[in-house]
Amino acid sequence: MEDEVRVSDLSAYFGDTQALKNINIAIKEKMVTAIIGPSGCGKSTFIRCINRMHEVVPNATVTGKVLLRGQDIYSPGVDPIEIRRKIGMVFQKPNPFPVLSIYDNVAAGLKLNGIRKRDDLDAVVERVLTMAALWDEVKDKLDASGMSLSGGQQQRLCIARALAVKPEVILFDEPCSALDPISTAKIEELIFRLKQDYTIIIVTHNMQQAARISDSTAFFLLGEMIELGKTQDMFTAPHDKRTEAYITGRFG
Amino acid sequence: MNIYRKRKIIDVTMRAAAFLCAIFTLVPLISIFSYVLSRGATSLNLSFFTHLPRPVGEPGGGMSNAIGGTLILIGLSCLWAVPMGILGGVYMAEFGNNRLGSMVRFSVDVLNGIPSIVIGIFAYTLFVLPMKSFSAISGGFALGVIMIPTVMRTTEEMLRMVPHTLREAALALGISQARTIVGIVLKTALPGIVTGILLAIARIAGETAPLLFTAFGNRFWHQSLNQPIAALPLQIFVYAISPFDDWHRQAWAGAFVLISIVSLISLISRFVIRPRYRFSQSR
Repeated sequence: MEDEVRVSDLSAYFGDTQALKNINIAIKEKMVTAIIGPSGCGKSTFIRCINRMHEVVPNATVTGKVLLRGQDIYSPGVDPIEIRRKIGMVFQKPNPFPVLSIYDNVAAGLKLNGIRKRDDLDAVVERVLTMAALWDEVKDKLDASGMSLSGGQQQRLCIARALAVKPEVILFDEPCSALDPISTAKIEELIFRLKQDYTIIIVTHNMQQAARISDSTAFFLLGEMIELGKTQDMFTAPHDKRTEAYITGRFG
Repeated sequence: MNIYRKRKIIDVTMRAAAFLCAIFTLVPLISIFSYVLSRGATSLNLSFFTHLPRPVGEPGGGMSNAIGGTLILIGLSCLWAVPMGILGGVYMAEFGNNRLGSMVRFSVDVLNGIPSIVIGIFAYTLFVLPMKSFSAISGGFALGVIMIPTVMRTTEEMLRMVPHTLREAALALGISQARTIVGIVLKTALPGIVTGILLAIARIAGETAPLLFTAFGNRFWHQSLNQPIAALPLQIFVYAISPFDDWHRQAWAGAFVLISIVSLISLISRFVIRPRYRFSQSR
């Protein structure tokens, strides 16, 4: 199994505040890697560094390397737009574009990048909505607003939207924290199926979720990566005392 | 108990006072409308819209030149003030969180407070003096200057109301910042921006002072945009201060038409420009 993403000595800052300290991690291809840790430990900052969304925040800076299949995404001359197309992202709160239809929400990434042939778009929209297990629910109302869907459907719409630009890696930033248990189960099922074709990194607050869906897990604390290992080992026999304390619920 | 009764009395009085004040603001509006309607509507007929003014003493005639002139002046000012206001607003909202941004924001607010006659003088020195003629262009310039603060500030406010998460969602799809702004942010804010533009148009449609020495007025159809052009507010002014009863009636009719145009624009901005989809986060 190849390493899809390799992070070395990654540090991230907001102005003078250091949010991540020398992170080193290798993410295996077509696996689900979960990032767990208490609030404010830098989980979200970490995955936002992987698709160069961190620098969107004013005064935010990054040092170190992130290699996507060997290519450093932070080397000068690399276009962040290209990187974001290869590494998709699903956010914590479902955020469909409110003035666009369901169809246009899914097609937005293509349309706004100049792909306008209706047949091509139709095919992509149907394919990714099917992948996101949403096609049957929305196929008769593709012209309706994305906001007319339920929270869980909106989140699956956002996943379909991310799939439409053909990424290799998908980052999930606590995708279920705003959803009810049934919608959560659907998203988890979806992630489980998506890993056949995509490399997935998911930030989660929910340790059961990490245990259910991930192959490996990384534990973050105060901007440092404390431990990385197979999910099974991590939850049964953690090496670090702090990891053990966190997963047994003694803090966090 | 005593304190309770006292509080109760104060409550009722203050509530009544607030209610009366709120109602009282309607009085000027309603009286203006009904008065202009009663005086103006009776002098209104088809030829008012289709004919040129007649010389004194000759009955009939209309203000077609002034109605057309006002529309042309509005068009001229929108032509440059709308793109400038929108682009300026985009800068302020998307890139303006710095010293330059707050300086511009402050200046625009000051510009908004400058008396319109001063803007007229400004346009006079900038256009009328060098061109050696009053002109539609100078009038369009003066009205545009009045429009810009409204258009720019509404654009900015509306763009700021677009949640940050939508920008991030678009950027994360590998959409460039330029296309994110045009395709997502501006599109989301469009109904609000259009409302701002319509309100700005409604305001300049009735401006008189800045046109006094720019557009100047014209009793005939203008021949080119380099020449003086008629405008409804100017024509109303000239007719109203004239000593002729017939002209007074025409002035009332003109006032009625002007008020109708402005109210219509306000109404459109309220009701017709609805977003295809509601712009509000559900739940």
